[in-house]
Amino acid sequence: MISFILYKAILVVVIFGITLFVAAYSTYAERKVAAFLQDRIGPDRAGPFGILQPLADGLKFIMKEEIIPNVSNQGLFVLGPSIAMLTALMAGVVIPWGGSLTIGGESYTLQIIDLNVGILYIFAVVSIGVYGIMIGGWASNNKFSLLGAIRASAQMISYEIAMGLSIIALVMLTGTLSLREISQMQAGGLNGDWTFWNVVYQPVGFIIFLICAFAECNRTPFDLPECETELVGGYHTEYSSMKLGFYLFAEYINMFVSSAVIATLYFGGYNFPFMNDLGLDQNLITIIGTIVLFLKIGFFIFFFMWIRWTIPRFRYDQLMNLGWKVLIPVAVLNIFISGLIAVL
Amino acid sequence: MTLNLFYFLSFVAVFSALMVVFSKNPVYSALYLIVTLFAIAGHYILMKAEFLFVVHIIVYAGAIMVLFLYVIMLLNLNKDSEPHKSSILKFAAAICAGLLLIVLVGSLKGTEILVRAETNTAATIGDVKSLGKVLFTDFLLPFEIASVLLLAAMVGVVMLGKSEKEH
Repeated sequence: MISFILYKAILVVVIFGITLFVAAYSTYAERKVAAFLQDRIGPDRAGPFGILQPLADGLKFIMKEEIIPNVSNQGLFVLGPSIAMLTALMAGVVIPWGGSLTIGGESYTLQIIDLNVGILYIFAVVSIGVYGIMIGGWASNNKFSLLGAIRASAQMISYEIAMGLSIIALVMLTGTLSLREISQMQAGGLNGDWTFWNVVYQPVGFIIFLICAFAECNRTPFDLPECETELVGGYHTEYSSMKLGFYLFAEYINMFVSSAVIATLYFGGYNFPFMNDLGLDQNLITIIGTIVLFLKIGFFIFFFMWIRWTIPRFRYDQLMNLGWKVLIPVAVLNIFISGLIAVL
Repeated sequence: MTLNLFYFLSFVAVFSALMVVFSKNPVYSALYLIVTLFAIAGHYILMKAEFLFVVHIIVYAGAIMVLFLYVIMLLNLNKDSEPHKSSILKFAAAICAGLLLIVLVGSLKGTEILVRAETNTAATIGDVKSLGKVLFTDFLLPFEIASVLLLAAMVGVVMLGKSEKEH
């Protein structure tokens, strides 16, 4: 029992650390990718190639003066970024980060908890995450913040529906809501158990899910809640110091978690081609699998940034039209066709 | 342990439910209602009904309450703009709510037998598969009626939204 708790505790701490590390270096990567796409150099002062930039940024955020506006609702003002950060970190719990390691006869699974409703748990966490933005935006007592908060909530609710519908088609295919079982289904080899990644069976569902993931993370082209040309800074206009840092950081964590979910649901998770045919040790396969999963996640994080620096922001009515009049009907049609194919 | 958790969750649920009613600020009321919903969701976990727990949070805390907050924030309700209601309206509202409570309690009274029949499979009550089976066999009619009711509400909303534009 003690060893079980210890192993879970270590796993939680490690995943927490990796999440923060990846999120911190995503901020660096974002600036480097932006620089690359715009033919610039990007941050290169802190350390070699600017590799220490996230540390410098973090230190700067902590050292800055903390301002809580007089007219704001002070309790809720602090609660807002806390909820944003908390919910962003909570989603990593159900993601299967790898197969299982066997050490000294004991089998250790690289997942904190395998809920039988794993996908729905992610949805629940994401849907709570919007409170961070709403509460923060309202408590600032600033019209721009309020507009940003209202935009965020409308946008997230609209895109959650299409996201849920796109997942239903996938769940019909896999017959389970557990993320571990879904990624295990995509494991395959040459010995008659050849299976493809889910993206082959659900291409439309994947595209809908990807678009909705952009909207849920408030990433360009859907970053209207913090649209600086219209709303100053959107919901975080009044925030300064590390509270602003939490909001910005939560966005990068959300991006990391979304990438992990996309990789797990549609791109085989920690599985890689021919993993059972190479005749490798099971522990080695697990470690390579985890590295492969992180490579997939890295690609999707890059994809998020690539889109950000390529496509301009939508107008608000275009955003709503896309969500309600395009994505939802297409998602319903996708469910219908998937059901038809499954029956036939 | 479970009993203590039950008492704690019940206390949180009842306390925040009372705060929903007594808060002057409608935004606080909505936030306390969210806390209440979470406490109730915690009860589902105690009954090992993970599916219900998650769906409860997605639907109530994640969707309905966001819309509530959305509307409250958009209208910017506060103490100054609170419309004054006559005491006869308050009285009528209290009686209506009380009657609704009686109806709810009454409708739950008969379900004990049903629950006992189903809890033979208590270990799998939170399982998605067994829940789906029960919904689509024993409770198919109420399930379908509920979905028709929701559909009717959706059609009604679309109708209301449309007629506004023509004028």
